[in-house]
Amino acid sequence: MIAKQTNQKAWFMVLPVFLVVAFSAVIPLMTVVNYSVQDTFGNNVFTWVGMDWFKDLIHSERFHAAFLKQLMFSGIILLIEVPLGIVIALAMPKKGWGVPVCLIGMALPLLIPWNVVGTIWQIFGRVDIGLLGHTLASLGIHYNYTQDPVAAWITIIIMDVWHWTSLVVLLCYAGLCSIPDAYYQAAKIDGASRLAVFRYIQLPKMQRVLLIAILLRFMDSFMIYTEPFVITGGGPGNSTTFMSIDLVKMAVGQFDLGPAAAMSLVYFLVILLLCWVFYTVMSNVGEESSNGGK
Amino acid sequence: MQLELCDLCKKVGNEFHISDVSLTFAAGSLNILLGPTLSGKTSLMRLMAGLDQPTSGTVHVDGRDVTGVPVQKRNVAMVYQQFINYPNLTVFENIASPLRIARVGPAEIKDRVAKVAALLKLEKLLGRSPQELSGGQQQRTALARALVKEAELVLLDEPLANLDYKLREELREELPKIFSATGSIFVYATTEPSEALLLGGNTASLHKGKVTQFGKTIEVFSRPQNLITAQTLSDPPLNLLPVTKLNNTMLYKSHVEIPVLGPLPKLPDADYTIAFRPHHLYLQRPSEAAIAVNAKVVVTEITGSESYVHVDVAGVRWVLLARGIHNIDIHETIEIFMDPRSFYVFDRNNALVVTPEAITGL
Amino acid sequence: MAKVTLKEIAHSYTGYSENPDDYALKKLDLTWRDGGAYALLGPSGCGKTTLLNIISGLLIPTKGQVLFNDQDVTRLPTEQRNIAQIFQFPVIYDTMTVFQNLAFPLKNRGRTKEEIEPRVIELAKMLNLEKDLYTKAQHLTADAKQKISLGRGLIRTSVNAILFDEPLTVIDPQLKWQLRSQLKFLHKKFGFTMIYVTHDQTEALTFADEVIVMYEGAIVQIGTPEALFERPEHTFVGYFIGSPGMNIVPCRLQGNQAMIDDHALVLGKTYRDIPTGAKIEIGIRPEYLRLAPPGGKGLPVNIQKVDDIGRYKIVRVGLNNRKFNVVMTELSGMTGDNASLVFNMNHTNIYVNDHLFVGDQQ
Repeated sequence: MIAKQTNQKAWFMVLPVFLVVAFSAVIPLMTVVNYSVQDTFGNNVFTWVGMDWFKDLIHSERFHAAFLKQLMFSGIILLIEVPLGIVIALAMPKKGWGVPVCLIGMALPLLIPWNVVGTIWQIFGRVDIGLLGHTLASLGIHYNYTQDPVAAWITIIIMDVWHWTSLVVLLCYAGLCSIPDAYYQAAKIDGASRLAVFRYIQLPKMQRVLLIAILLRFMDSFMIYTEPFVITGGGPGNSTTFMSIDLVKMAVGQFDLGPAAAMSLVYFLVILLLCWVFYTVMSNVGEESSNGGK
Repeated sequence: MQLELCDLCKKVGNEFHISDVSLTFAAGSLNILLGPTLSGKTSLMRLMAGLDQPTSGTVHVDGRDVTGVPVQKRNVAMVYQQFINYPNLTVFENIASPLRIARVGPAEIKDRVAKVAALLKLEKLLGRSPQELSGGQQQRTALARALVKEAELVLLDEPLANLDYKLREELREELPKIFSATGSIFVYATTEPSEALLLGGNTASLHKGKVTQFGKTIEVFSRPQNLITAQTLSDPPLNLLPVTKLNNTMLYKSHVEIPVLGPLPKLPDADYTIAFRPHHLYLQRPSEAAIAVNAKVVVTEITGSESYVHVDVAGVRWVLLARGIHNIDIHETIEIFMDPRSFYVFDRNNALVVTPEAITGL
Repeated sequence: MAKVTLKEIAHSYTGYSENPDDYALKKLDLTWRDGGAYALLGPSGCGKTTLLNIISGLLIPTKGQVLFNDQDVTRLPTEQRNIAQIFQFPVIYDTMTVFQNLAFPLKNRGRTKEEIEPRVIELAKMLNLEKDLYTKAQHLTADAKQKISLGRGLIRTSVNAILFDEPLTVIDPQLKWQLRSQLKFLHKKFGFTMIYVTHDQTEALTFADEVIVMYEGAIVQIGTPEALFERPEHTFVGYFIGSPGMNIVPCRLQGNQAMIDDHALVLGKTYRDIPTGAKIEIGIRPEYLRLAPPGGKGLPVNIQKVDDIGRYKIVRVGLNNRKFNVVMTELSGMTGDNASLVFNMNHTNIYVNDHLFVGDQQ
């Protein structure tokens, strides 16, 4: 048929991209899979071990610990950033000169390179020269993120909130801006309270963007590496050793390629699974509401 | 050019947006797709244009199968409900854009644009940008851009729906002249029966993705093959009366008795639906054959020259259209008259059995 | 319910100005009685929505006052004016059921469940929503959603006024009928003060007791549907009301005769004291023209087109380059392209400089 002819040309156009992707992603991924089922004592000699690494991993306490820490971290992050993001988006003006000022203000934290973010907070939190650390110390609060696990967690969490809440804000703001004025007018005429307006108009209309915001924040926070690494390096002890940090320690530090490769794959699959679950649940909730729109 | 659709079906998810549509459009014809929202008009037009692929069935142009051909390869133009123009180009450039893509020479472009602009009364506006124009002018620009292409198939999806009432009337009057000036096949989608009747041409009445009837507009209007077509083509809505035929009368709930005339006695005794138009219901006895019925007035609407009296006849709601001003109060009981010579009779499967002409013997 | 008074209202979107051209709404005074149904009718940009927004509180007018029952509410915000407003597109609370949507305004004002429930059910019955009462509002069709919007506007029994902003725009023609008559019925039953903005003259005329026709920010005429139809005081009203609108043709006046080109028409009245150099036009509605066989008493015209819209025909005739529309139910006895155009002199008006000019009875 006539249609097929056009498509052949298209494949040629796409070929270079395929090669690049193959070279930089597919082949390395296959290499990782390769490592995950083999063992080596160095010297580039590999022996097949099948699923051994995976079995070890599932039973390893170290993995469980890192996994739990990661889940807790992502959970806390979502619990703080999503409501905070919504609140800030609600407070932002919709018209006038305040709009570009707020938008740029919100965008700034997102533009900073991640290791620089880590460095900023690392210095910020230091008791001797950091503004935050010094202020807290002078107020008599015992704060030391290099020695106190709780302080370390709090610092990393606050840093992530500072860095990434803007993303939630911008997405929610976009969702809010798409609500026609007539809805607010009608609510005023109906005598609805501020809370009712939020609950019945703003929140339902923000559903789709909230889904995107939550998915993005979840994925990113579950894979977080650079910022906590720069601040605490995983310490004190293991208290802030999140999964990606643990993985790198294993692969690069200890050069245990096999277990590290296995862990990478498991990590990848876990994220995929959790995202799928999130997405299905939230879009089902969304489906009920959008399907009926017909 | 002849456009032929054979057994087209379009399934989206679990729903059939289009089921078994077979239509043939001759060259130079104006074809109207009439139906309520979501009846499949836009889906069908997208299949005709090549914007969507059908789930099954074929589209033939002059005998050639073009079912898989994407829209860029077909000679199609489309006009939408929202006035779609390139905002950063002048009216001239907007109209010229399809010609520039087809690499037509500048002298020819100027010539063709001038001709189409004259047809749509845009000559004085060629230098303006679409934002500076009124709604009606913007839609004319979109129309001009569709026509300058001299495409074989021009699709218009409710193009006048976003315009003011009076503007709609004006454009609607001009459209048939514009359409007949080119030789293309025009397909025009609308929800308003009066628009279909004013434009003329052929009409396909659509209901839930199926074509219930296709033919010359005035034919489909005066001889609807089924009740759904009759209702789709009526504005104001048809008055309906479910009756049971017994020997020589048709009975509604023992409240209304209608004598059988013309070919009606030959019908088998069964349940039927009688339908007639609002202007065939009268406040005064129009003729000897008229039947009187007691009705309770629900509300009266006055349009300045006519009155619409909404009545309730033993549970059935009818609309009576009378000339002149009649201020009848709500809940008043009045006597109204039906003329059986104006009845359409549909059987239990909603198929047409008897037309008014048959009853009057015309 | 309240009496609504607009005193010397004028509005300019650019703030206070001495230049009258800056005013989107020119100075106007209006009084609407308690419980009346009024329509603001006019084309896009005529200022009707601006006026509605001033009444609802969305806009504070540059000049003038708004009074509800003689109390100044000009600067009062919307929520304190105790009004209801229905918009062009359905505005519903997606997460609530139909029942909850309708009950919402009453709930917010502290009404008890015993007061709310019967009222909601009564209104739902009137709007044909009872069977969907416990369905989530999002799952319904566009017209059902608009009915919910309507219901929410009508649920409170003690509003000062109910404002409608082109509420039937998204509704299909068949359902428009139902909703319109239901609105009229609700008005007759409850006696709300209702103000309805539209560009559709059928909607305005059927709904309102009194129609305010607006054009370019000013009121052109206020009157009952009958008055607007029979005696348009301005050629714009003649053109805008009626489908098709009034035929307006330039002429010269000599005593009781009008000269259209070289043809004389004897009028029913004598017209005197016409300023020299004024623009004189004769206006007659298509419903009051008749076609007779050629050679008769009227103007010699030739038939250009006949549009059959079912219940009547619109005949487009021409005299030299002047066009007339004639509305006739039957075209029998017409053969050939020529005919005689007969004017009904009781319904013929003379316009001088676009304003109705009253003649002396003979």
